[in-house]
Parts: sequence; structure tokens; C-alpha cells
Amino acid sequence: MKRMKSYSLVLGASFVSVLFVVMLISLVYTPHPPNEMNIRERLQAPSVRHWLGTDNFGRDILSRVMVGSQTAFEVGAVSVAIGLLGGFLVGTLAGYMGRWVDELLMRATDALLAFPGILLALLLVSISKPSLFQTMLAIGILSIPSFARVIRSGVLQHKEADYVKAARGLGAGHANLIFVQIAPNIASSVVTTAALSFSTAILIEAALSYLGLGVQPPDPSWGRMLNEAQSYLAKAPWFTLAPGLLITLTVLGFNLLGDGIRDLRDKKS
Amino acid sequence: MREAAAIATEASLLDIRNLQIRLRRTRGAGLSVLDGVSLTVERGETIGIVGESGCGKSVLSLSILGLLPSAMRIGGGEIWYEGRHPLHTMTDRDIRAFRGKEIAMIFQDPMSSLNHGLTIGYQITETLRLHLGYSRKEARERAVWLLRKVGLPRPESLLREYPHQLSGGMRQRVMIAIAVSCNPGLLIADEPTTALDVTIQAQILDLMRQIREEDGTSILLISHDFGVIADMCDRVLVMYAGQIVESGTVDDLFERPLHPYTAGLLRSIPTPAKKNSPLYSIEGHVPALHERGAGCRFASRCAHATERCRTEQPELVAYRGGHAARCFLAEAEGGNRHAAV
Amino acid sequence: MNYYARRLLTLLLTVLFVLLLTFAAFRIIPGNPALVILGTEATDAQIALLEEKLGTDRPLAEQFADWLVAAFRLDFGESLRFSEPVTHLIAGRLPVTVSLAVMSLVLTIAVGIPLGIIASRARGKAADMLVTIGTQLGLAVPSFWMGIMLILAFGLTLKWFAVSTFTPWSENPWLAVKSLVLPSAALAVPQIAIVVRYLRTSMLEQLGLDYVRTARSKGLRESTVLYKHVLKNALLPVITIIGINFGELLAGSLVIEQVFTLPGIGSLLITAIGNRDYPLVQGLVVLIAFTVIAINFVVDLSYRWLDPKIRLQ
Repeated sequence: MKRMKSYSLVLGASFVSVLFVVMLISLVYTPHPPNEMNIRERLQAPSVRHWLGTDNFGRDILSRVMVGSQTAFEVGAVSVAIGLLGGFLVGTLAGYMGRWVDELLMRATDALLAFPGILLALLLVSISKPSLFQTMLAIGILSIPSFARVIRSGVLQHKEADYVKAARGLGAGHANLIFVQIAPNIASSVVTTAALSFSTAILIEAALSYLGLGVQPPDPSWGRMLNEAQSYLAKAPWFTLAPGLLITLTVLGFNLLGDGIRDLRDKKS
Repeated sequence: MREAAAIATEASLLDIRNLQIRLRRTRGAGLSVLDGVSLTVERGETIGIVGESGCGKSVLSLSILGLLPSAMRIGGGEIWYEGRHPLHTMTDRDIRAFRGKEIAMIFQDPMSSLNHGLTIGYQITETLRLHLGYSRKEARERAVWLLRKVGLPRPESLLREYPHQLSGGMRQRVMIAIAVSCNPGLLIADEPTTALDVTIQAQILDLMRQIREEDGTSILLISHDFGVIADMCDRVLVMYAGQIVESGTVDDLFERPLHPYTAGLLRSIPTPAKKNSPLYSIEGHVPALHERGAGCRFASRCAHATERCRTEQPELVAYRGGHAARCFLAEAEGGNRHAAV
Repeated sequence: MNYYARRLLTLLLTVLFVLLLTFAAFRIIPGNPALVILGTEATDAQIALLEEKLGTDRPLAEQFADWLVAAFRLDFGESLRFSEPVTHLIAGRLPVTVSLAVMSLVLTIAVGIPLGIIASRARGKAADMLVTIGTQLGLAVPSFWMGIMLILAFGLTLKWFAVSTFTPWSENPWLAVKSLVLPSAALAVPQIAIVVRYLRTSMLEQLGLDYVRTARSKGLRESTVLYKHVLKNALLPVITIIGINFGELLAGSLVIEQVFTLPGIGSLLITAIGNRDYPLVQGLVVLIAFTVIAINFVVDLSYRWLDPKIRLQ
């Protein structure tokens, strides 16, 4: 079993790194300009010139999925940051204050968790015009509860620990207690949650964009590519393959990474 | 009395000869868990096996019914039931006919040994329907009778209850009811009272004695507690690190222990007389499989160990009245001594 | 406090919070909601009319109180786009979504449990790896893309199923089932992965317990030990997981309905969002959230009922 666990971590980390490198490359180089239309070359099957074929406007699909990874990583990173920040505030407040503050905040996170992720995202994007920022904000908000829970239980667990009491006895301030004493102890659970939230974010962004309620043109998105591809499913099946596979692999990578980190921590303790 | 006893042949009920249990998948020389264990159980007899945990008592009991953990296998030797059933060579399918019918087992922890998701009634009637072909109704009636036999109150309603609703002692009574349901020839009880309170312990031992009287069942009783063994058994086997180190009648062992390990075990029995002195315990621990050296396995903990004990393995030698021991000291004195303590 | 009383209180609080959130979501829109809906070219009279209809011209507290009362009566007002009561609209679309969710639930159980048992029989490094990769893949594939791929494979290539046409139950039940097979399969894939994973872990855990040894010592067949003794105990946590994930299934159907152009509440919600039909959006969100909360509650209670250990305490 031990082999198995490190294997999750290694596989996850390599998937994520490869995708990250592809994303970095796409910032400076793509085989074709991703938005260059060429009506004469529309819906071409994969070839030497267009490795993954072309879309309905004759755009190079490889270039477009490469640029799409930028959106995926941006949405993942920003929404995880929002979730982490919100979760940190809620979690430390609840864990630290205890009593009714804790009760209220935890009931609120329970309620938030009662919403299926995509429904909450739909509710949030429905109140103003869909955009990249809106999508990230919505996904960020719905990942707050999981971070809040992890951080709260970490604070509760370590609040009464001897080394924290000792530090408090020595006159350490709240900030010191939280960041210096407690944070390192819950870092691995937070990183696990971050990795899993990252993959959830990518899945939800893809779904929202597929529905036309997420990322809007000209920002590239795998989810929206799938929407466009569906109209040409019979004529150009390759059009749907590349973005779909990339979403799957990215989500798989982050899930494996998250599980791997959690197993590593479990093994240590 | 069982019918089988009436047509009794010369053969022992259970005859284990030179049994070897090895670990599967061990690199190099296979590590042996049990090493040349032989024992016989006669009809109506109660045999005790005593030793600290990790000596191989449970492995021995599980091997009889082919219930060894998947990491272990029988590496040699024979296990005969009624002189004509070679349990050691049987396929899983064949040996199932013996499990629970001819030979039944009782385990240590009655909470975890019963299935918490099934009713008491189901767990008792299951074997009756399987081995004796009882109908649902017959099995139910027999189950009520069995529960009454093992001294449980309100048997009818008990059938519908779940194990966690019962106390530890009651659960062990249920376990015994299940074990004796098909009137087995041999009952293997692996630490049947260890998880129970002292007063409950005595009740359960009484119940087992009662079963033995009423049904003529032979019992193989495994315990780390010499007191329990002395209370119940005719003959005793002392196991240490996968071997039998001494065997004999209860009286022999109590009065003239030949092996220093037996002597140590006897000294560590708490008695009222020793109430105020700290309880004795043998220093050190049972060597793990890979720690077993070439010499006597007890040498590392033995106060009398000589150079020979550390390099050469003593044989199990029988002395007067079948009293046997695996010890050079006993050999030297021809078994005519009390083992030095 | 009694467990049930406490659980009920939590339920009530959650419901209140959901209502507060759906209320607040439409009140924090920057600017006047009526203006957002109608656009900048609207006349003052049009805006005043819509404000009255939405109730946004009244004090916030009063609006919230009305909203609560209305929500508990399941009265969400009238759709702006369709000029029909929201409840009425939803009721008309409900059968499709419910049958979709139920069918994928059936698929999840029918496929997931046998697969989980098979997975638990296979032990060792290679089997572990295979199960891990399989379940991780199942969890990573977006179900709407899975839907598209199923259309490609079974609809367009093999032509086993007609795509993008839904036959109502009342017209032809057989065709209705047929038109729901692919979408419910797409929805079930991640759920099956979860069931396999949990059931395998749970089975292996149970197989290590003492009662299994007792069962074997009674002379039972290995299959009896497995199905009568182990599976029953191992299924308990899995049932909870299936129940809790029913919410995800419902949510997943919102997107899947778009893929297969099924006329359920998912497509109604997307249309409503597109039309800025706020009463309809609110009504749908509250209804779906309520359903999920109610299901979780029932699952929680049934778990306690199923486990004799908890039930009888």
C-alpha cells in the first residue's frame, strides 16, 4: 500500500507540472495565433499543419487548448485564493472565538455546503453579467466552507496544545499564534484542500462556460470550446476530444496530487 | 454422550502430529510460526494450551479448521480427526463440513466475534440450517432450547436482538450456544474468558464444564491464564515461541514443573498469599519469528541458561507418566527435579 | 438535547440560511434590479411597474419577511418571462429531471455495487492501482463531456439511441426510458466511481474484523460469508454516500439536460438566468436546495434506522 500512495503523489505532481509547463509555453508561443480565423481551413481533421485539427472558424485547436490552460489555471488559482482567504477568516474566527460565533459560522458553512456546487455558482453568476471575474468569485465563495472547516478544526486541535499554551504564556500575540504556532501544523491539510478545490474549480468553470454562463469571449475556455464543438460533433469529432481530455487530465492531476499529499500526511502521523 | 463415542475406535478424537506452520512469501529460509507441534485430544477430555501471547496458541487452534490467516500455510505434519479425517489435506470445500459441525470454536472477544449487523437468532439458526438441514421453524425452536441451555433468560425475545444489546457475558453465552448448536465432538475455546470480568469468567467456565458433562464434548482450551487452565483441564501443554516446551497432567505441572518457563508462568499467577508482594513476571519478551536463534528459544530469558542452551536446541523428552519437557536441565537430572526458579 | 430535535433545529437553520442567501443574492445586485432586467432604455413607468411586481420598492425587512412566508408556502410569484406562476412552471418540468435523477441513481446502484464487490475481491498492488486509476478517472471526467462522448459513440456512430429528442412518459414510456439512458449514464459515471471506492474500502475493512473468522469457523460458504455477513455491514456507509451525493446528481442533471436538450428544470433554470427572470431563478434555486437538504436529512435518519447499533440506543 505504501508504494501505491507515493505513486498517486508522483503521478499527480507530474500531470500538474506538465500542464503547468504547457500553460507557461502558451504565454510566449503557440503553433498558430489562437484567434486567427481561416474559413478555408475550417473543421479540418488533425494533420501535420494542425496537430489537433481546426474548429468551425478554421482556428488551430492545439493553440486554442494551450491558451485555454491559462484560463483554467487562472480560475483555479484565483478561486482557491478567495476560498482560502475566506476560509481562513471564517475558520480562525470560529475556532478562536468558540461559543455562539463558532455555532453561527459553522451553521452558515453547513448551509453553504447544502447547495450543490454548480447550483450556488449558477445563483451567483445569475445576478450580474457573466465574466471571468464573476466565475472566479462564485467558485471561490463556494470553496470557502471546506477551507473553513479544515482551518477551524486545525485551530481547535492546536489551540490547547502545550506548545501553543507555552507560546501564549510567553506573551505571543494572536497573529504569532496563528501564523507561527498553528499554521505549520495544518499546512498539509490546507494544501490537500487547495488541490482538491483546484480541481473542483476547473470542473465548475468548465460546466459554467459550457452553459455560456462562465468565461466569455474573447477569453479562451475549454468548457466553451466543448459547447462550440457539440454543434459539429458528427462532422468534426476531434474538436470535442482535445478540450475534454485536457479538463479530465487536469482534474485528475490535481485530485491525485491532493490525495497523495493527504496520504503522505496520514503516513507520517 | 455422542453416538460417535459409542462406536469409538482406538483413534484419538484429534491427533496433531509434528505440525509445521510457515509464513508464505518469506525470502530465504521460510520462517516457521509453529515448529513440530504434536498433541492428541481424547474423547471427553479437556486439554489446555498455555503460554504468553505470541507463542502460537491461536495459530495452532486456527490451523485445525484450516482458518489460518492468508499469510500462513501448513508446511508439514498432519492433523487427523477421529483417526480417519485428514484435516490438513482437505480442500476448503471439504473442511467446511467439519467447521461448526464436528469442531466448533469460541473466540476471545464476544463483542467483535459476533456480527453486529445480524440478529442473535439469525446467527444461531444459520449453522443449524446449514449443517443439520433444519427448517426455519425447527431451527428457531432448537435456538430457543440452546439459549435456555446456556442459561440465557427470555430466549424468545433474545432471538430478535442484536449483539450490542447484550452484556459481554451474555454474548459469550450466545457464542457458546452457537458453538454447541450442532453437538460438535470438539470445542476449541481460544481465550474464552479473557475479555470478561472475573465473576463472569467463573460463570462461563462453569457453563463449559456443564456442556462437557451433558454432551461429552472434548475441549481444547487455550489461555494465557494458568489459573483457568488448572481449573478446567486434565492435561496441559505449555507453548513457547511456536514450540511445545512442556506437557503433562495439571498436577505434574503444578507440583513438578520441569521447564523454567512453566515455573515462571506458575510464579506469575496472582494468589491471595502473594497479595502484598509485587506480582512476579518473567523478564523480557517472547522472541519474534526472526529473533529465534539456534539454541533453546527460552535461553534469552532463562536464569539458568548455559552456553549449550544458547547454541543447541533441546528436544522434547518424555519422563515418568508422560510428563515431557524441552530442557537440558531437566534432561541432566532425568526429570527428577523441580525446575529451579 | 435529543438527537432528532437537534437535527431538526439544524435543518431549520439551514433552510433559513438558504432563504436568506437567495434573497440577498438578488438584493446585492449593483443598482436597481428592475433597471438591470429592463435595460437602460426602459421608461420610468415600466420600471415602477416592475418594481411593484418584484416588491423592490418596499423596505428590505418587509421584503424579506414576505419572501420567507411565500417560500414556506412554496409561492415564488410569477415568472417575468412566461407570465405564469413559478411553481406551475417548475411542476411542469419536474418529471423529466426527477426521472433522470432516479434513473442515474438506479444505474449507480446497479453498476456501482457489483463493481465495488469485484474490486474488493481483487487485492494486491496491481488491483489497487487499477481500481485507483479507474475510480480517479471516473471522478475526473466532467459529466457533460461524458454525455457528449456518449452521444458521439452511441447516438451518432452506433445509432442505438436517438439524440436530442425527448419523448414524454405519457406518450411512450419505452421511448422515454430510451431517451434517458445516455444522460443518466453520463450522470452516473462519477457516482459509480465513488461507490466503487467506498464499497471496496468498506468491504476490506469489514473482512479484517473478527466476526468474519467466526462466520468461517461455522462452516459457511465463502459466498455466504461475503454476501450475508460482510456485504450487509459494508453497505451501510455506502448507502449514506449515495444518499448524500444525490444532491450532486441533481445538480449534475442541470448541466446534462443542456447537453441532451431535455426539457427539465435544468434547462428552465438556464433559460431563466439568461432572461434575468429573477422570480423563476429564485424559485428554482430554493426548490433544488430544499430538495437536497431534505434528502440529506432523510438519509441521515435512515442511516440511523439501518444501523441496529444506533437505532436501538
